[in-house]
Amino acid sequence: MGVGIEVTNLNAWYGANHTLQDINLNIPANHATALIGPSGCGKSTFVRCLNRMHETNPIARVTGSVRIGDLDIYAEAKPVEIRRRVGMVFQRPNPFPTMSIYDNVAAGLKLNGYSNRRSLDEIVENSLKNSALWDEVKDDLKKKSGASLSGGQQQRLCIARALAVDPEVLLMDEPASTLDPVSTSKIEDLIFQLKVQYTIVIVTHNMQQAARVAEKTGFFLNGRMVEFDSTHKIFTNPSDKRTEDYITGRFG
Amino acid sequence: MSTNHFPLRSRLRTLTDRAVTGLTILATVIVVAPLVAIFAYLVYKGASSLNLAFFTQIPKPVGVAGGGMANAILGSAILLAIASAIGVPIGIGGGIFLAEFGRGTRLANAVRFTADVLNGVPSIVMGLAIYALIVIPQKHFSALSGGVALGIMMIPTVCRTTEEMLMMVPHAVREAALGLGVPNWRSVLSITVKTASPGIITGCMLAFARVAGETAPLLFTALGNDFWSSNLNQPIAALPLQIYVYALSPYDDWHRLAWAGSLVLIVLIVLAVSLVRYVTSRGVLKGAS
Repeated sequence: MGVGIEVTNLNAWYGANHTLQDINLNIPANHATALIGPSGCGKSTFVRCLNRMHETNPIARVTGSVRIGDLDIYAEAKPVEIRRRVGMVFQRPNPFPTMSIYDNVAAGLKLNGYSNRRSLDEIVENSLKNSALWDEVKDDLKKKSGASLSGGQQQRLCIARALAVDPEVLLMDEPASTLDPVSTSKIEDLIFQLKVQYTIVIVTHNMQQAARVAEKTGFFLNGRMVEFDSTHKIFTNPSDKRTEDYITGRFG
Repeated sequence: MSTNHFPLRSRLRTLTDRAVTGLTILATVIVVAPLVAIFAYLVYKGASSLNLAFFTQIPKPVGVAGGGMANAILGSAILLAIASAIGVPIGIGGGIFLAEFGRGTRLANAVRFTADVLNGVPSIVMGLAIYALIVIPQKHFSALSGGVALGIMMIPTVCRTTEEMLMMVPHAVREAALGLGVPNWRSVLSITVKTASPGIITGCMLAFARVAGETAPLLFTALGNDFWSSNLNQPIAALPLQIYVYALSPYDDWHRLAWAGSLVLIVLIVLAVSLVRYVTSRGVLKGAS
Protein backbone atom coordinates (compact mmCIF):
# COMPACT_ATOMS: atom_id res chain seq x y z
CA MET A 1 0.00 0.00 0.00
CA GLY A 2 1.05 3.56 -0.57
CA VAL A 3 1.97 5.92 2.21
CA GLY A 4 1.65 9.66 2.53
CA ILE A 5 4.56 12.07 2.24
CA GLU A 6 5.02 15.01 4.56
CA VAL A 7 7.48 17.66 3.47
CA THR A 8 8.52 20.33 5.97
CA ASN A 9 10.74 23.35 5.25
CA LEU A 10 12.60 21.63 2.47
CA ASN A 11 15.47 23.60 0.96
CA ALA A 12 17.86 22.35 -1.68
CA TRP A 13 21.01 23.70 -3.27
CA TYR A 14 23.16 22.77 -6.22
CA GLY A 15 26.42 24.45 -5.32
CA ALA A 16 25.50 28.06 -4.63
CA ASN A 17 22.24 27.74 -6.53
CA HIS A 18 19.28 27.70 -4.14
CA THR A 19 16.96 25.53 -6.24
CA LEU A 20 14.24 24.78 -3.68
CA GLN A 21 13.09 27.26 -1.06
CA ASP A 22 10.94 26.43 1.97
CA ILE A 23 8.75 23.77 0.46
CA ASN A 24 5.93 22.54 2.69
CA LEU A 25 3.30 20.10 1.55
CA ASN A 26 1.48 16.88 2.31
CA ILE A 27 1.17 14.38 -0.47
CA PRO A 28 -1.77 12.04 0.17
CA ALA A 29 -1.37 8.25 0.13
CA ASN A 30 -2.78 6.24 -2.78
CA HIS A 31 -3.43 9.26 -4.94
CA ALA A 32 -1.66 10.75 -7.89
CA THR A 33 -0.15 14.15 -7.26
CA ALA A 34 1.04 16.23 -10.19
CA LEU A 35 3.76 18.85 -10.07
CA ILE A 36 3.67 21.48 -12.78
CA GLY A 37 5.68 24.57 -13.52
CA PRO A 38 8.04 26.03 -16.12
CA SER A 39 11.44 24.46 -16.86
CA GLY A 40 13.99 25.07 -14.13
CA CYS A 41 11.36 25.80 -11.46
CA GLY A 42 12.64 23.02 -9.18
CA LYS A 43 9.97 20.36 -9.60
CA SER A 44 12.44 17.70 -10.78
CA THR A 45 14.80 18.61 -7.96
CA PHE A 46 11.86 18.27 -5.59
CA VAL A 47 11.00 14.70 -6.60
CA ARG A 48 14.67 13.78 -6.48
CA CYS A 49 14.71 14.96 -2.87
CA LEU A 50 11.92 12.50 -2.10
CA ASN A 51 14.19 9.48 -2.71
CA ARG A 52 17.47 11.23 -2.02
CA MET A 53 18.53 10.77 -5.63
CA HIS A 54 19.69 14.34 -5.79
CA GLU A 55 22.53 13.40 -3.43
CA THR A 56 24.14 11.43 -6.25
CA ASN A 57 25.31 14.83 -7.44
CA PRO A 58 28.22 15.73 -5.13
CA ILE A 59 27.50 19.46 -5.10
CA ALA A 60 23.89 19.01 -3.96
CA ARG A 61 22.77 19.80 -0.40
CA VAL A 62 19.44 19.62 1.41
CA THR A 63 17.88 20.88 4.66
CA GLY A 64 14.46 20.33 6.16
CA SER A 65 12.58 17.09 6.60
CA VAL A 66 10.73 14.61 4.45
CA ARG A 67 8.61 11.95 6.14
CA ILE A 68 7.50 9.03 4.03
CA GLY A 69 4.98 7.08 6.08
CA ASP A 70 6.56 6.98 9.53
CA LEU A 71 10.09 7.41 8.33
CA ASP A 72 12.07 10.63 8.32
CA ILE A 73 14.14 9.80 5.23
CA TYR A 74 16.96 12.24 5.97
CA ALA A 75 17.32 11.56 9.68
CA GLU A 76 16.47 7.90 10.02
CA ALA A 77 17.50 5.99 6.91
CA LYS A 78 20.20 5.43 4.35
CA PRO A 79 19.68 6.51 0.73
CA VAL A 80 19.68 2.93 -0.61
CA GLU A 81 16.93 1.87 1.81
CA ILE A 82 14.76 4.81 0.83
CA ARG A 83 15.19 4.20 -2.86
CA ARG A 84 13.86 0.68 -2.42
CA ARG A 85 10.73 2.12 -0.82
CA VAL A 86 10.42 5.02 -3.23
CA GLY A 87 10.65 3.91 -6.84
CA MET A 88 11.52 6.27 -9.65
CA VAL A 89 10.71 6.47 -13.34
CA PHE A 90 12.85 8.87 -15.32
CA GLN A 91 12.17 11.23 -18.16
CA ARG A 92 13.90 9.14 -20.79
CA PRO A 93 13.34 5.39 -20.74
CA ASN A 94 16.57 3.93 -19.35
CA PRO A 95 16.45 0.13 -19.46
CA PHE A 96 19.76 -1.61 -18.76
CA PRO A 97 21.04 -2.07 -22.33
CA THR A 98 22.87 -5.35 -21.80
CA MET A 99 20.03 -7.09 -19.99
CA SER A 100 17.06 -9.06 -21.23
CA ILE A 101 13.52 -7.90 -20.53
CA TYR A 102 13.33 -10.39 -17.66
CA ASP A 103 16.64 -9.31 -16.14
CA ASN A 104 15.68 -5.66 -16.40
CA VAL A 105 12.58 -6.24 -14.30
CA ALA A 106 14.41 -8.51 -11.88
CA ALA A 107 17.44 -6.21 -11.64
CA GLY A 108 16.42 -4.35 -8.51
CA LEU A 109 15.86 -7.60 -6.62
CA LYS A 110 18.84 -9.49 -7.99
CA LEU A 111 21.27 -6.64 -7.39
CA ASN A 112 20.04 -6.40 -3.84
CA GLY A 113 20.83 -10.06 -3.29
CA TYR A 114 17.41 -11.61 -3.81
CA SER A 115 17.70 -14.95 -5.59
CA ASN A 116 14.63 -17.16 -5.09
CA ARG A 117 14.10 -18.18 -8.69
CA ARG A 118 10.47 -19.23 -8.54
CA SER A 119 9.22 -16.13 -6.77
CA LEU A 120 11.40 -14.00 -9.05
CA ASP A 121 9.48 -15.42 -12.02
CA GLU A 122 6.25 -14.55 -10.30
CA ILE A 123 7.36 -11.03 -9.39
CA VAL A 124 8.56 -10.36 -12.93
CA GLU A 125 5.26 -11.54 -14.36
CA ASN A 126 3.19 -9.50 -11.92
CA SER A 127 5.26 -6.38 -12.42
CA LEU A 128 4.96 -6.62 -16.20
CA LYS A 129 1.22 -7.18 -15.88
CA ASN A 130 0.95 -4.17 -13.59
CA SER A 131 2.78 -2.05 -16.12
CA ALA A 132 0.56 -3.35 -18.96
CA LEU A 133 3.52 -4.76 -20.87
CA TRP A 134 3.12 -8.48 -20.17
CA ASP A 135 1.05 -9.38 -23.23
CA GLU A 136 3.51 -7.68 -25.56
CA VAL A 137 6.66 -9.29 -24.20
CA LYS A 138 5.71 -12.56 -22.51
CA ASP A 139 7.04 -14.68 -25.38
CA ASP A 140 10.53 -13.26 -25.42
CA LEU A 141 11.23 -12.31 -21.84
CA LYS A 142 14.70 -13.78 -21.86
CA LYS A 143 15.34 -13.63 -25.58
CA LYS A 144 15.06 -9.93 -26.23
CA SER A 145 17.09 -7.08 -24.81
CA GLY A 146 15.26 -4.33 -22.98
CA ALA A 147 16.81 -1.89 -25.42
CA SER A 148 15.16 -3.60 -28.39
CA LEU A 149 11.67 -2.48 -27.34
CA SER A 150 9.98 0.68 -28.62
CA GLY A 151 10.26 3.87 -26.57
CA GLY A 152 6.81 3.48 -25.02
CA GLN A 153 7.43 -0.17 -24.22
CA GLN A 154 10.80 0.72 -22.70
CA GLN A 155 9.14 3.22 -20.41
CA ARG A 156 6.58 0.64 -19.27
CA LEU A 157 9.51 -1.75 -18.77
CA CYS A 158 11.12 0.85 -16.53
CA ILE A 159 7.85 1.15 -14.60
CA ALA A 160 7.78 -2.64 -14.19
CA ARG A 161 11.38 -2.54 -13.00
CA ALA A 162 10.47 0.07 -10.40
CA LEU A 163 7.39 -1.89 -9.28
CA ALA A 164 9.33 -5.14 -8.92
CA VAL A 165 11.09 -3.98 -5.76
CA ASP A 166 7.63 -3.34 -4.25
CA PRO A 167 7.90 0.35 -3.37
CA GLU A 168 5.31 2.36 -1.47
CA VAL A 169 5.76 5.50 -3.54
CA LEU A 170 6.35 5.87 -7.26
CA LEU A 171 8.02 9.05 -8.48
CA MET A 172 7.62 9.83 -12.17
CA ASP A 173 9.73 12.59 -13.65
CA GLU A 174 8.01 13.56 -16.91
CA PRO A 175 7.50 9.89 -17.76
CA ALA A 176 5.73 10.53 -21.07
CA SER A 177 7.58 13.55 -22.37
CA THR A 178 9.56 11.58 -24.96
CA LEU A 179 6.65 9.36 -26.01
CA ASP A 180 4.05 9.54 -28.76
CA PRO A 181 0.37 10.14 -27.91
CA VAL A 182 -0.60 6.45 -27.96
CA SER A 183 2.19 5.47 -25.58
CA THR A 184 1.42 8.51 -23.46
CA SER A 185 -2.19 7.49 -23.01
CA LYS A 186 -1.07 3.98 -22.03
CA ILE A 187 1.16 5.45 -19.34
CA GLU A 188 -1.71 7.64 -18.12
CA ASP A 189 -4.09 4.66 -17.95
CA LEU A 190 -1.43 2.91 -15.97
CA ILE A 191 -1.21 5.72 -13.43
CA PHE A 192 -4.94 5.28 -12.78
CA GLN A 193 -4.49 1.62 -12.02
CA LEU A 194 -1.30 2.03 -10.03
CA LYS A 195 -2.55 4.60 -7.57
CA VAL A 196 -4.75 1.95 -5.99
CA GLN A 197 -1.57 0.37 -4.67
CA TYR A 198 0.99 3.15 -4.69
CA THR A 199 1.32 6.82 -3.90
CA ILE A 200 2.25 8.50 -7.16
CA VAL A 201 4.05 11.80 -7.66
CA ILE A 202 4.30 12.84 -11.29
CA VAL A 203 6.20 15.77 -12.72
CA THR A 204 4.77 16.94 -15.99
CA HIS A 205 4.99 19.77 -18.49
CA ASN A 206 1.69 18.77 -19.96
CA MET A 207 -1.10 20.45 -18.04
CA GLN A 208 -3.81 18.35 -19.64
CA GLN A 209 -1.95 15.34 -18.39
CA ALA A 210 -1.91 16.70 -14.85
CA ALA A 211 -5.62 17.42 -15.12
CA ARG A 212 -6.32 13.92 -16.38
CA VAL A 213 -4.36 11.79 -13.95
CA ALA A 214 -3.94 13.67 -10.67
CA GLU A 215 -6.24 14.47 -7.77
CA LYS A 216 -3.81 16.99 -6.37
CA THR A 217 -1.60 19.44 -8.20
CA GLY A 218 1.26 21.62 -7.04
CA PHE A 219 2.50 24.61 -9.01
CA PHE A 220 6.20 25.42 -8.73
CA LEU A 221 7.86 28.66 -9.79
CA ASN A 222 11.46 29.78 -9.30
CA GLY A 223 12.21 27.19 -6.62
CA ARG A 224 9.09 27.87 -4.57
CA MET A 225 5.79 26.11 -4.40
CA VAL A 226 3.26 28.74 -5.27
CA GLU A 227 0.10 26.73 -4.77
CA PHE A 228 -0.93 23.23 -3.83
CA ASP A 229 -4.54 22.18 -4.03
CA SER A 230 -6.99 19.79 -5.62
CA THR A 231 -6.36 19.54 -9.35
CA HIS A 232 -9.86 20.75 -10.06
CA LYS A 233 -9.31 23.89 -8.01
CA ILE A 234 -5.88 24.61 -9.55
CA PHE A 235 -7.21 24.39 -13.08
CA THR A 236 -10.57 26.11 -12.63
CA ASN A 237 -10.16 28.56 -9.81
CA PRO A 238 -6.55 29.00 -8.65
CA SER A 239 -5.98 31.25 -5.63
CA ASP A 240 -2.73 32.72 -6.87
CA LYS A 241 -2.47 35.07 -9.82
CA ARG A 242 0.80 33.42 -10.96
CA THR A 243 -0.83 30.00 -11.10
CA GLU A 244 -3.61 31.41 -13.20
CA ASP A 245 -1.14 33.12 -15.55
CA TYR A 246 0.74 29.87 -15.98
CA ILE A 247 -2.19 27.56 -16.61
CA THR A 248 -3.78 30.00 -19.02
CA GLY A 249 -0.54 30.12 -20.94
CA ARG A 250 0.43 33.71 -20.24
CA PHE A 251 3.99 32.63 -19.46
CA GLY A 252 6.08 29.48 -19.10
CA MET B 1 7.43 15.44 -58.66
CA SER B 2 9.13 18.58 -57.43
CA THR B 3 11.00 20.82 -59.78
CA ASN B 4 14.71 21.12 -59.26
CA HIS B 5 15.34 24.82 -58.80
CA PHE B 6 19.09 24.52 -58.36
CA PRO B 7 20.39 22.16 -61.06
CA LEU B 8 23.97 23.40 -60.81
CA ARG B 9 24.18 23.21 -57.05
CA SER B 10 22.54 19.83 -57.08
CA ARG B 11 25.20 18.50 -59.45
CA LEU B 12 27.95 19.99 -57.33
CA ARG B 13 26.45 18.33 -54.28
CA THR B 14 26.36 14.96 -56.01
CA LEU B 15 30.00 15.40 -57.05
CA THR B 16 31.05 16.34 -53.53
CA ASP B 17 29.20 13.36 -52.17
CA ARG B 18 30.96 10.99 -54.56
CA ALA B 19 34.35 12.56 -53.87
CA VAL B 20 33.99 12.21 -50.10
CA THR B 21 32.72 8.65 -50.42
CA GLY B 22 35.64 7.84 -52.71
CA LEU B 23 38.15 9.31 -50.25
CA THR B 24 36.81 7.30 -47.33
CA ILE B 25 36.99 4.12 -49.41
CA LEU B 26 40.57 4.97 -50.35
CA ALA B 27 41.43 5.58 -46.70
CA THR B 28 39.90 2.22 -45.76
CA VAL B 29 41.99 0.46 -48.40
CA ILE B 30 45.15 2.17 -47.12
CA VAL B 31 44.29 1.07 -43.58
CA VAL B 32 43.71 -2.55 -44.53
CA ALA B 33 46.44 -2.91 -47.17
CA PRO B 34 49.51 -3.15 -44.89
CA LEU B 35 47.90 -5.86 -42.77
CA VAL B 36 46.93 -7.88 -45.83
CA ALA B 37 50.36 -7.33 -47.38
CA ILE B 38 52.21 -8.41 -44.22
CA PHE B 39 50.03 -11.44 -43.81
CA ALA B 40 50.38 -12.45 -47.47
CA TYR B 41 54.16 -12.05 -47.30
CA LEU B 42 54.35 -14.11 -44.11
CA VAL B 43 52.31 -16.87 -45.70
CA TYR B 44 54.54 -16.74 -48.77
CA LYS B 45 57.79 -16.92 -46.79
CA GLY B 46 56.70 -18.98 -43.84
CA ALA B 47 53.98 -21.41 -44.84
CA SER B 48 56.40 -23.78 -46.63
CA SER B 49 58.39 -24.34 -43.41
CA LEU B 50 55.32 -25.15 -41.38
CA ASN B 51 54.81 -28.81 -40.56
CA LEU B 52 53.79 -30.93 -37.64
CA ALA B 53 57.32 -30.87 -36.26
CA PHE B 54 57.18 -27.10 -35.95
CA PHE B 55 54.40 -27.44 -33.41
CA THR B 56 55.70 -30.53 -31.60
CA GLN B 57 59.49 -30.32 -31.52
CA ILE B 58 62.02 -28.09 -29.85
CA PRO B 59 64.78 -26.38 -31.86
CA LYS B 60 67.55 -28.57 -33.26
CA PRO B 61 71.21 -27.53 -33.39
CA VAL B 62 72.44 -25.66 -36.44
CA GLY B 63 72.90 -27.97 -39.39
CA VAL B 64 70.51 -30.60 -38.12
CA ALA B 65 67.38 -30.59 -40.26
CA GLY B 66 63.92 -30.18 -38.78
CA GLY B 67 63.09 -28.99 -35.32
CA GLY B 68 60.34 -26.65 -34.30
CA MET B 69 59.26 -23.96 -31.91
CA ALA B 70 56.89 -25.94 -29.72
CA ASN B 71 58.67 -24.80 -26.57
CA ALA B 72 58.47 -21.17 -27.69
CA ILE B 73 54.72 -21.47 -28.32
CA LEU B 74 54.25 -22.94 -24.85
CA GLY B 75 56.56 -20.28 -23.40
CA SER B 76 54.65 -17.44 -25.02
CA ALA B 77 51.39 -18.89 -23.74
CA ILE B 78 52.80 -19.03 -20.18
CA LEU B 79 54.27 -15.52 -20.38
CA LEU B 80 51.02 -14.09 -21.71
CA ALA B 81 49.00 -15.88 -19.05
CA ILE B 82 51.18 -14.31 -16.34
CA ALA B 83 51.00 -10.93 -18.09
CA SER B 84 47.21 -11.05 -18.40
CA ALA B 85 46.81 -12.17 -14.80
CA ILE B 86 48.69 -9.03 -13.78
CA GLY B 87 47.69 -6.51 -16.42
CA VAL B 88 43.98 -7.18 -16.83
CA PRO B 89 42.77 -7.01 -13.20
CA ILE B 90 45.05 -4.14 -12.21
CA GLY B 91 44.26 -2.23 -15.40
CA ILE B 92 40.51 -2.72 -15.12
CA GLY B 93 40.58 -1.90 -11.42
CA GLY B 94 42.51 1.30 -12.12
CA GLY B 95 40.13 2.24 -14.91
CA ILE B 96 37.12 1.71 -12.66
CA PHE B 97 38.74 3.91 -10.03
CA LEU B 98 39.46 6.65 -12.56
CA ALA B 99 35.98 6.68 -14.05
CA GLU B 100 33.76 5.91 -11.09
CA PHE B 101 35.23 6.42 -7.65
CA GLY B 102 38.00 8.93 -8.11
CA ARG B 103 36.47 11.10 -10.80
CA GLY B 104 37.76 14.65 -10.50
CA THR B 105 40.05 13.95 -7.55
CA ARG B 106 43.74 14.82 -7.47
CA LEU B 107 44.67 11.20 -6.96
CA ALA B 108 42.76 10.24 -10.11
CA ASN B 109 44.54 12.91 -12.13
CA ALA B 110 47.89 11.67 -10.82
CA VAL B 111 47.01 8.06 -11.64
CA ARG B 112 45.86 9.01 -15.13
CA PHE B 113 49.07 10.95 -15.76
CA THR B 114 51.19 8.07 -14.48
CA ALA B 115 49.36 5.60 -16.70
CA ASP B 116 49.96 7.79 -19.74
CA VAL B 117 53.65 8.12 -18.92
CA LEU B 118 53.91 4.36 -18.35
CA ASN B 119 52.32 3.85 -21.75
CA GLY B 120 55.10 5.90 -23.28
CA VAL B 121 57.97 4.04 -21.59
CA PRO B 122 59.97 2.22 -24.28
CA SER B 123 59.63 -1.53 -23.93
CA ILE B 124 63.39 -2.06 -23.68
CA VAL B 125 63.40 0.24 -20.64
CA MET B 126 60.64 -1.85 -19.12
CA GLY B 127 62.82 -4.92 -19.62
CA LEU B 128 65.76 -3.22 -17.93
CA ALA B 129 63.63 -2.06 -15.02
CA ILE B 130 62.36 -5.58 -14.36
CA TYR B 131 65.91 -6.88 -14.79
CA ALA B 132 67.00 -4.56 -11.99
CA LEU B 133 63.96 -5.20 -9.80
CA ILE B 134 63.48 -8.96 -10.15
CA VAL B 135 66.24 -10.66 -12.12
CA ILE B 136 69.19 -9.19 -10.20
CA PRO B 137 67.78 -9.87 -6.71
CA GLN B 138 66.83 -13.41 -7.79
CA LYS B 139 70.20 -13.85 -9.50
CA HIS B 140 68.64 -15.65 -12.48
CA PHE B 141 66.47 -15.01 -15.51
CA SER B 142 62.96 -16.34 -15.22
CA ALA B 143 59.57 -16.75 -16.91
CA LEU B 144 58.07 -14.90 -13.99
CA SER B 145 60.12 -11.76 -14.56
CA GLY B 146 59.23 -11.82 -18.28
CA GLY B 147 55.53 -12.17 -17.50
CA VAL B 148 55.72 -9.31 -15.00
CA ALA B 149 57.40 -7.06 -17.58
CA LEU B 150 54.69 -7.79 -20.16
CA GLY B 151 51.95 -7.46 -17.55
CA ILE B 152 53.09 -4.02 -16.48
CA MET B 153 53.13 -3.00 -20.13
CA MET B 154 49.48 -4.05 -20.41
CA ILE B 155 48.31 -1.99 -17.44
CA PRO B 156 48.13 1.52 -18.96
CA THR B 157 46.30 0.43 -22.13
CA VAL B 158 43.75 -1.62 -20.19
CA CYS B 159 43.36 1.10 -17.56
CA ARG B 160 42.76 3.98 -19.95
CA THR B 161 40.43 2.10 -22.30
CA THR B 162 38.43 0.85 -19.31
CA GLU B 163 38.12 4.41 -18.07
CA GLU B 164 37.04 5.72 -21.44
CA MET B 165 34.52 2.94 -22.02
CA LEU B 166 33.00 3.50 -18.56
CA MET B 167 32.70 7.23 -19.23
CA MET B 168 30.66 6.40 -22.32
CA VAL B 169 27.99 4.58 -20.29
CA PRO B 170 25.06 7.01 -20.18
CA HIS B 171 24.36 8.73 -16.88
CA ALA B 172 20.75 7.53 -17.18
CA VAL B 173 21.86 3.91 -16.80
CA ARG B 174 23.68 4.65 -13.54
CA GLU B 175 20.67 6.61 -12.27
CA ALA B 176 18.37 3.71 -13.09
CA ALA B 177 20.43 1.41 -10.89
CA LEU B 178 20.79 3.87 -8.02
CA GLY B 179 17.06 4.63 -8.24
CA LEU B 180 16.34 0.97 -7.49
CA GLY B 181 18.17 1.20 -4.21
CA VAL B 182 21.26 -0.57 -5.49
CA PRO B 183 24.39 0.46 -3.57
CA ASN B 184 26.87 2.44 -5.62
CA TRP B 185 29.63 -0.20 -5.65
CA ARG B 186 27.15 -2.82 -6.82
CA SER B 187 25.78 -0.52 -9.48
CA VAL B 188 29.30 0.14 -10.75
CA LEU B 189 30.30 -3.52 -10.92
CA SER B 190 27.04 -5.09 -12.09
CA ILE B 191 25.62 -2.35 -14.30
CA THR B 192 28.20 0.17 -15.48
CA VAL B 193 31.09 -2.23 -16.00
CA LYS B 194 28.77 -4.80 -17.55
CA THR B 195 27.35 -2.24 -19.94
CA ALA B 196 30.84 -1.18 -20.94
CA SER B 197 32.25 -4.70 -21.06
CA PRO B 198 32.46 -5.10 -24.87
CA GLY B 199 34.70 -2.02 -25.03
CA ILE B 200 36.72 -3.07 -21.99
CA ILE B 201 37.32 -6.49 -23.54
CA THR B 202 38.50 -4.82 -26.73
CA GLY B 203 40.96 -2.80 -24.66
CA CYS B 204 42.27 -5.93 -22.96
CA MET B 205 42.66 -7.66 -26.32
CA LEU B 206 44.56 -4.70 -27.76
CA ALA B 207 46.93 -4.75 -24.82
CA PHE B 208 47.27 -8.53 -25.09
CA ALA B 209 48.02 -8.45 -28.80
CA ARG B 210 50.53 -5.68 -28.30
CA VAL B 211 52.59 -7.45 -25.65
CA ALA B 212 52.26 -10.83 -27.39
CA GLY B 213 54.68 -9.61 -30.03
CA GLU B 214 57.09 -7.82 -27.69
CA THR B 215 60.72 -8.94 -27.80
CA ALA B 216 62.62 -6.20 -26.02
CA PRO B 217 61.17 -6.60 -22.50
CA LEU B 218 61.97 -10.32 -22.64
CA LEU B 219 65.65 -9.99 -23.59
CA PHE B 220 66.79 -9.39 -20.00
CA THR B 221 64.01 -11.22 -18.24
CA ALA B 222 62.66 -14.40 -19.83
CA LEU B 223 65.93 -14.65 -21.80
CA GLY B 224 64.82 -17.53 -24.00
CA ASN B 225 65.40 -21.24 -23.75
CA ASP B 226 66.20 -23.91 -26.33
CA PHE B 227 64.54 -26.64 -24.31
CA TRP B 228 61.15 -27.45 -22.86
CA SER B 229 60.45 -25.50 -19.73
CA SER B 230 57.34 -24.52 -17.89
CA ASN B 231 59.15 -23.64 -14.70
CA LEU B 232 58.35 -20.07 -13.76
CA ASN B 233 61.70 -19.73 -12.04
CA GLN B 234 63.72 -20.74 -15.10
CA PRO B 235 64.42 -18.91 -18.34
CA ILE B 236 61.69 -19.65 -20.83
CA ALA B 237 61.38 -19.53 -24.60
CA ALA B 238 59.01 -17.11 -26.32
CA LEU B 239 58.02 -16.85 -29.97
CA PRO B 240 59.16 -13.24 -30.49
CA LEU B 241 62.52 -14.01 -28.84
CA GLN B 242 62.98 -17.12 -30.93
CA ILE B 243 62.10 -15.21 -34.10
CA TYR B 244 64.56 -12.48 -33.15
CA VAL B 245 67.42 -14.90 -32.56
CA TYR B 246 66.70 -16.95 -35.67
CA ALA B 247 66.25 -13.93 -37.93
CA LEU B 248 69.62 -12.48 -36.87
CA SER B 249 71.43 -15.79 -37.38
CA PRO B 250 73.46 -16.42 -40.53
CA TYR B 251 71.68 -19.69 -41.34
CA ASP B 252 69.12 -20.06 -44.10
CA ASP B 253 67.07 -22.80 -42.46
CA TRP B 254 66.83 -20.68 -39.28
CA HIS B 255 65.64 -17.77 -41.41
CA ARG B 256 62.89 -19.95 -42.80
CA LEU B 257 61.90 -21.03 -39.29
CA ALA B 258 61.83 -17.37 -38.24
CA TRP B 259 59.35 -16.62 -41.03
CA ALA B 260 57.24 -19.58 -40.02
CA GLY B 261 57.40 -18.44 -36.40
CA SER B 262 56.18 -14.95 -37.35
CA LEU B 263 53.27 -16.43 -39.24
CA VAL B 264 52.36 -18.67 -36.31
CA LEU B 265 52.64 -15.76 -33.87
CA ILE B 266 50.22 -13.62 -35.89
CA VAL B 267 47.76 -16.46 -36.42
CA LEU B 268 47.84 -17.36 -32.72
CA ILE B 269 47.20 -13.75 -31.69
CA VAL B 270 44.27 -13.51 -34.10
CA LEU B 271 42.92 -16.84 -32.80
CA ALA B 272 43.24 -15.82 -29.17
CA VAL B 273 41.52 -12.49 -29.77
CA SER B 274 38.71 -14.12 -31.78
CA LEU B 275 38.21 -16.80 -29.15
CA VAL B 276 37.90 -14.28 -26.34
CA ARG B 277 35.48 -12.21 -28.42
CA TYR B 278 33.38 -15.25 -29.23
CA VAL B 279 33.24 -16.51 -25.66
CA THR B 280 32.43 -13.11 -24.19
CA SER B 281 29.84 -12.23 -26.83
CA ARG B 282 27.76 -15.28 -26.06
CA GLY B 283 25.03 -14.46 -23.61
CA VAL B 284 25.32 -10.76 -24.30
CA LEU B 285 22.07 -10.03 -26.06
CA LYS B 286 21.85 -9.04 -29.67
CA GLY B 287 20.65 -5.56 -30.35
CA ALA B 288 22.16 -4.32 -27.13
CA SER B 289 25.29 -2.74 -28.48
